[in-house]
Amino acid sequence: MADEVYYWQALNRALDMELAADDSVIVLGEDVGLYGGSYRVTEGLYAKYGEWRLRDTPISEGSFTGLGVGAALAGLRPVVEIMTINFALLAFDAIVNMAAKIPFMSGGQFPMPLAVRMPGGVAKQLAAQHSQRLEQMLMNVPGLRIAVPATPQDAWWQLRQAIRSDEPIILLEHELLYFSKGKLEPQREAPPMHRARVHRKGADLTIITWSRMLDLSLRAAGKLAEKGIEAEVIDLRSLRPVDWQCCAASLQKTHRLLVVEEDSRFARAGAEICAGLAERCFYELDAVPQRVAAQEIPIPFNAALEAEAIPRVADIVAAAEGMCG
Amino acid sequence: MEPDLMKTMLRDMLLARAFEERAAQEYAQGNIAGFLHLYPGEEAVAVGVLRAAEPADYIVSTYREHVHALVRGIPPGVVMAELFGRKDGCCGGMGGSMHLFDRERRFMGGYAIVGETFPVAAGIGYAVAMRGLPEAVICFFGDGAVNQGTFHESLNMAALWKLPVLFVCENNHYQIGTEIHRHSAVAEVHKRACAYRIPAKRIDGMDVLAVHDATIEALEQIRVGNGPQLLECETYRFRGHSMADPGSYRPRVELQAFESNEDPVKIAIAETVAGYPSEEQIAAAGSGNIERLSGELQRSELLTVAQLEAMKKEVAEVVEEAVRFAGNSPEPVMADARAALDCNRHDEVLI
Ligand SMILES: Cc1ncc(C[n+]2csc(CCOP(=O)(O)OP(=O)(O)O)c2C)c(N)n1
Ligand SMILES: [Mg+2]
Repeated sequence: MADEVYYWQALNRALDMELAADDSVIVLGEDVGLYGGSYRVTEGLYAKYGEWRLRDTPISEGSFTGLGVGAALAGLRPVVEIMTINFALLAFDAIVNMAAKIPFMSGGQFPMPLAVRMPGGVAKQLAAQHSQRLEQMLMNVPGLRIAVPATPQDAWWQLRQAIRSDEPIILLEHELLYFSKGKLEPQREAPPMHRARVHRKGADLTIITWSRMLDLSLRAAGKLAEKGIEAEVIDLRSLRPVDWQCCAASLQKTHRLLVVEEDSRFARAGAEICAGLAERCFYELDAVPQRVAAQEIPIPFNAALEAEAIPRVADIVAAAEGMCG
Repeated sequence: MEPDLMKTMLRDMLLARAFEERAAQEYAQGNIAGFLHLYPGEEAVAVGVLRAAEPADYIVSTYREHVHALVRGIPPGVVMAELFGRKDGCCGGMGGSMHLFDRERRFMGGYAIVGETFPVAAGIGYAVAMRGLPEAVICFFGDGAVNQGTFHESLNMAALWKLPVLFVCENNHYQIGTEIHRHSAVAEVHKRACAYRIPAKRIDGMDVLAVHDATIEALEQIRVGNGPQLLECETYRFRGHSMADPGSYRPRVELQAFESNEDPVKIAIAETVAGYPSEEQIAAAGSGNIERLSGELQRSELLTVAQLEAMKKEVAEVVEEAVRFAGNSPEPVMADARAALDCNRHDEVLI
């Protein structure tokens, strides 16, 4: 039975399910307990599981994430919530130097069943320090995996998979997705965490995207269809590893690649996607791969400039038209 | 206490309260968006500290910094315009509520990543100390910020190199929804300073006079080269953490008790205005700050009730004008944003 739920509710149910299923699962983070999470993701769980399972932490990102690493070494399955990815910059030592390295440096002795959840997008006028998209900083770290759920269904699947995985998983969420709604079919079998998903079929070009940009890309595809251009829209769902197979299969059909990302262009995720697909599908391509990306600037506080700085549906439509013209 | 200073501080506090309450209204009407952290309840800290500072001192603050900016002398219209994201705001609409900067007034910024104010203040202090200037750096932070590593790292360096930094903790007992006893093993923030041999004091942050006196004393020590000092100001915020927070984790009675017995604006009025409140009102209020200060107010006779009313009216007009100024200010354009980003490139042309 498909239920319409908010993205935060899907995450909430996933946590509830895993906390109930395995008492080594713990949740750590600021205001995850009594308050129920800044975006309601842990609502109701503190009352149900108590303070050892849901721990309200001090503002000590470096150390509570590091504590998550230690707890994972000792057999717990911590889910660390960092309020936003901007604060994760303080936890990079724990994530990059510890979580990603210990299993390897120990010669494979230790599992690292750590999940780090955080939103990492542009919300609404939160200004430059609170509006960063930093996925590219984690994408290049061997030893990490990054899931980017764009829908409640994926949030539900991927958070549960992340908790059950013995590898350290970054679950990159989005401030503006928490209160978006979608179908949740809890019984449906999950695809592997890193599988991309074709959300819309089309023969004229392939739009590859993830997270909140999926919604914009689908809306753009609707508009393009009215103009006679059929876009295939792929949600990557995972940024490390990338499901090249799914992307390449689509390009074999459409021969045109458009990457849509909320981050800016230079040395960001889209650059890797374009390079990776150019290597794999160069002779399939009928046009230069294109990117719709944010402007190369910190996000201004002013509302109009903020909107102008990141991709809009019209930008995607224009880029696609330019490629198919 | 000089009468003029007391009156100035009272006006600061009235303006602060009126400005912030108006900002809340403007937020509700959609003229301000994003995170908006307001200061009602905590006015005595910013006012008491900053009225003890010199114009050559540097200020480093957090995202809850509108009042610090106002007391420092940034015109209310210019602050409000920044909250509106407009071109005439102190950062041209690029920073917003959490990032007020004013280089000329040595207002070195509002920082929104908790714990950033410590190293920034230490760095400014380093520059001052190296040049041997009689200036101080005032570093504001919340009770929640002391568990960030930067607090300990920066206090150590400040003490080690005797940097002229006054660390001011605005202890409002909450780190968003987490009460201080649930986030800190040692809830007396001032006690942490002794680990670095930094002289520290806990003071009543609802009493602007107490804050002012303690700051004067601390700054004197700093200016003669004795190194950093720390003040823990005990205070309370009357609103949620930000406009997005209903604040439902706090017991209703706790909030009521602070609002009725500890309101710093009421206390300042009591300290300044003759015969206000009346003897009967004091009796009815029972124990608390107002009663404690009643002796002083009877003696002081600094301001009449009529003068107080006139002051409130004047302040309301200032806020009204600030909103008008902000509303009339143009929106910045992308070229302004680019200019801000490239401001340090000067004449260099990149290929
Ligand atoms: C590094 C970092 N972690 C988390 C946050 C989110 N956050 C913003 S304010 C705040 C609470 C700060 O509490 P406190 O220091 O007591 O200051 P107050 O807001 O009470 O004045 C938190 C957790 C942040 N901005 N930066
Ligand atoms: Mg606090």
